[in-house]
Amino acid sequence: MTDAFGEFLQASVRTATPLALAAYGELVAERAGIINLGLEGAIIAGALGALVGAGAGGVGTGFAVAILAGCATAVVVALVVLWLRADAIIAGTAVTMLALGLTGTLYRTIYGTQGAALSVPTVAPHALPLLSGIPLLGRALFVQPVITYVLYGLAVALWWWMTRTHAGLALRATGERPAAAFAAGISPVRMQALALLFGGAMGGLAGGVLVLAQVGTFAEGMSAGRGFIAIAIVVLGRWSPLGVAAAALLFGGASQLQYVFQSLGWPVPYQLFLALPYVLTLLALAGTQRRAVAPAWLGRALEDDAR
Amino acid sequence: MRRPDARWAISAATVLVIVLAVMALLLAGGHGISGSLAAMWNGAFGSTYAVLSATLVRATPLLFVGLAVGLAFRAGVLNIGAEGQLLAGATMAMTIGLLVGGLSRTLALPLVLIAGAGAGAAWAGVAAWLKQRFGVLEVISTLMLNFVANYIISWAVRGPLQEPTHVYPQTVELSDAVRLPTLIAGQRLHLGFVLALALALALWWFLTRTAAGFRVRAVGASVDAARSAGGIDAAHTAALAFIASGALAGLGGASEVTGVTFALYEGISPGYGYSAIAVALLARLHPLAIIGTALLFGALEAGAAAMQRDANVPSVIAVVIEALVVLGVLALDRARSRRMS
Repeated sequence: MTDAFGEFLQASVRTATPLALAAYGELVAERAGIINLGLEGAIIAGALGALVGAGAGGVGTGFAVAILAGCATAVVVALVVLWLRADAIIAGTAVTMLALGLTGTLYRTIYGTQGAALSVPTVAPHALPLLSGIPLLGRALFVQPVITYVLYGLAVALWWWMTRTHAGLALRATGERPAAAFAAGISPVRMQALALLFGGAMGGLAGGVLVLAQVGTFAEGMSAGRGFIAIAIVVLGRWSPLGVAAAALLFGGASQLQYVFQSLGWPVPYQLFLALPYVLTLLALAGTQRRAVAPAWLGRALEDDAR
Repeated sequence: MRRPDARWAISAATVLVIVLAVMALLLAGGHGISGSLAAMWNGAFGSTYAVLSATLVRATPLLFVGLAVGLAFRAGVLNIGAEGQLLAGATMAMTIGLLVGGLSRTLALPLVLIAGAGAGAAWAGVAAWLKQRFGVLEVISTLMLNFVANYIISWAVRGPLQEPTHVYPQTVELSDAVRLPTLIAGQRLHLGFVLALALALALWWFLTRTAAGFRVRAVGASVDAARSAGGIDAAHTAALAFIASGALAGLGGASEVTGVTFALYEGISPGYGYSAIAVALLARLHPLAIIGTALLFGALEAGAAAMQRDANVPSVIAVVIEALVVLGVLALDRARSRRMS
């Protein structure tokens, strides 16, 4: 039983890894005041980028191309939202559609219709000495692909950066009161552009993880809504780095429960657990909005005289 | 003062980008451009069957959800949950359709359509209530509700609504009494198309000729002005428009189930709710223009499906075109607001 439970935890962390990566990207964008619905597009672009890159130059190149592809989607969002000053929601949705359509078309173009059989080198789980020996949690947290350990480091670094550095403060000020940030000499447009770019890179990395550390191949639409889940995770995690980690684990665990129930032969509708995190997100939204946990300027356009 | 208008330049540039992108994608895939485009044209307009059984059938749900998104956006509500509202409508229509399938058509069919519209309205109503009561951004809540609707269908077609042999994840087919009649013998075009057209006219009349429609437009144009100068309860008006928008999308789902698929299964919508954003924006949210853009995108999607079948060109190319159209319209809007200021 504990063995099965350990396996469940390990799988949960594995599923949560790309979700958390994308969510940290979205966290930074949202703390700067922008909801980036193009994140789903960044993930699928990153996934195809990883396939192309890894095919050409191995796993490392795969991750690099994935990040670049994710950034490319963010550049489009940034241009349309910050330069053309269009609505971020519509622009993000359009960029996601564009990325889903383009990757689908390009994939079939590059690899033909038999592409599904194609696979690329992947990264295997790497057990960390000592730490992986901790009962139960050791296996879950420390027998994972290296990218998961990178994620741990990133989470801590991001927390420190956001709460302890001047630049992190500037980011949060942009999301709360861009006019005040502007008066203090910060450029809200530049801040949001950089935040979007970081979000795109993280989304691309998440797509790379899907291909290079999990599935081993690309499939059309394989992002499967993970970009939107990441947005839910940021909300459920109440816009804090630690909360995001917990919420990502919750979503990861929920999607693994279906396999647990299947293996145990329990006739529980697994869709219930798949839908649960979304319902929780709605409840969390309803619960937090009043207490002003969300960045105050989230989802609002920058003022014309304070950009 | 007359001076060269940036709008024409941007429109031309958008069309050019789309044409070049499509040509590049076709060439990169080694597909002959003329052959591919011929397959697309034939699939959309090449025969009576193509028009009456592909293009117009495909345009019908796009018209319903296009109107839904158009109404919501007009009221300043960023409803990107038309997909979920359509799915809720389809599910409820199916459920009621299975229950009342034995009744006479004149009684059963309206019941099923109303159930679909009601479910769509309720699904949007959840988001509208969360916004009004707790200030939850509708963008995020409707997005979450899209997923929940998806999982409800996934569960229903493997659980309570599954066909009796329990082999396939789908429902049984609806009985004739709860199917929308076809308009022309031998073609797939059904009464839902006429219903959608009528609703487009009704929505146009409502928005331009009634006081309530004026309130909706006023709130969408400026909440503050509507409130202070017009004495309008902005939150109330926006919430009602939101719910009506959900009803339109839900009706679209009911129309699909009773007019096209006759059964419920996962993936019953290939993303109509997202295409709807392109449909509504290209029409500048004008209900009558939405008829035109829904037909255009219906033809595009029908043609793309035929292009995949006959010329082996991936049909997702249609999504690329839709996305580029949206980005082009956003750029156009910018040019327009610059001219005004």
